[in-house]
Amino acid sequence: MADKKMSLGHELTKGILKENPTLVMLLGMCPTLAVTTQAKNGIGMGLATTFVLFGSNIVISALRKVIPDKVRIPSFIVIIASFVTLIGFLLEGFVPDLYDSLGIYLTLITVNCIIFGRAEMFASKNGVVASACDAIGMGIGFTLALFLMGSVREIIGAGQWMGMDIPVINDNPMLLFIMPAGGFFTLGVIIAVVNKISNKKPPQELGCSGCPHAEVCGKAGDCQ
Amino acid sequence: MKSLMVILLAAMLTDNFVLSKFMGICPFLGVSKKLDSATGMGLAVTFVMICATLVTYPIHHGILVPNELEYLDTVVFIMVIALFVQLVETMLKKCIPSLYSSLGVYLPLITTNCAVLGVTVLNIDNSYSFVQSIVNALGGGLGFMLSLVIFSGVRKKMEYADIPETFKGVPATLIAASIVSVSFMGFSGLFS
Repeated sequence: MADKKMSLGHELTKGILKENPTLVMLLGMCPTLAVTTQAKNGIGMGLATTFVLFGSNIVISALRKVIPDKVRIPSFIVIIASFVTLIGFLLEGFVPDLYDSLGIYLTLITVNCIIFGRAEMFASKNGVVASACDAIGMGIGFTLALFLMGSVREIIGAGQWMGMDIPVINDNPMLLFIMPAGGFFTLGVIIAVVNKISNKKPPQELGCSGCPHAEVCGKAGDCQ
Repeated sequence: MKSLMVILLAAMLTDNFVLSKFMGICPFLGVSKKLDSATGMGLAVTFVMICATLVTYPIHHGILVPNELEYLDTVVFIMVIALFVQLVETMLKKCIPSLYSSLGVYLPLITTNCAVLGVTVLNIDNSYSFVQSIVNALGGGLGFMLSLVIFSGVRKKMEYADIPETFKGVPATLIAASIVSVSFMGFSGLFS
């Protein structure tokens, strides 16, 4: 029993640092770069993704013995897309501001590699409770990464943070940081800092392990 | 009503899918190491974007809108794209093997590419006409290819650069992408 609790705790916490989906496994780069012009949007996107991940992980893990292996990818896509439609309705109804600022990237949660990767690597092989813990851990890790990105970009690029003015920077913010180029730059630096802190070898490869087409990718020659 | 030329150039340059909308970052970072694979991937994405638009536009306006089922867009589009890519792959293999050998390997990768789903959804969101949608898809695909090809050149040079240990690999690649993105900012305001 104690063993089981330990492992559930591990599933819950591994996503936050050790296997952080964005900063360590390098999955889900598109939303990480696109919506993090403000810390607030980062949190909103993170929570929306967590919701979809939580729902799809539970459903996929509950159905893992029913879904035939050959049609698992289309099945996963439909399950994930349904949850994305659901969160779209919820946000449109209750937080229309956030819905507007996330825009098309909300729809694009459907093709977020994190959700697909967790479905393929974890939920289709583990029980419902473990998958739910995995989803929450990964979701929190993703949300924290987006919040960090959003905070850095908002503070330097707009001189504000969560609606508050930051005294010195506010006079002369570096607009570049809330532009697309600043997104690439900030993410690059943050990943480098995480590498330095965790004292690991820098990741040479993208997180293709979760990609459903990893085998085909190998054939393409040089998808890292 | 925007003219077709403006839509084409805007989708290619000012609203470049990779460098200003951040769609399709995974293939951008993954398949941009060599020039020929960058070109192949770019062509395959362009092809699938146009085909996906050809298929999803009639479905949205012909089936979903009359039945007030617009909220099913996401589910239907992603399924249609996945099925369609499979179909195209099988047909190319059978009918035009030479094209298959150059594009085929990239096709399955594209199913879950956010740029393809993105372009179909954007066409609906911007309420483009059928022709405008196709032009937008063409521009988006060409812009994708352009950024991939440019970036493969940048990465070739980077192989000889002496980069600090912590920045080696993905961080350096992202910072290089940031600089390429700055150069694309020069196009902004061109069509406003």
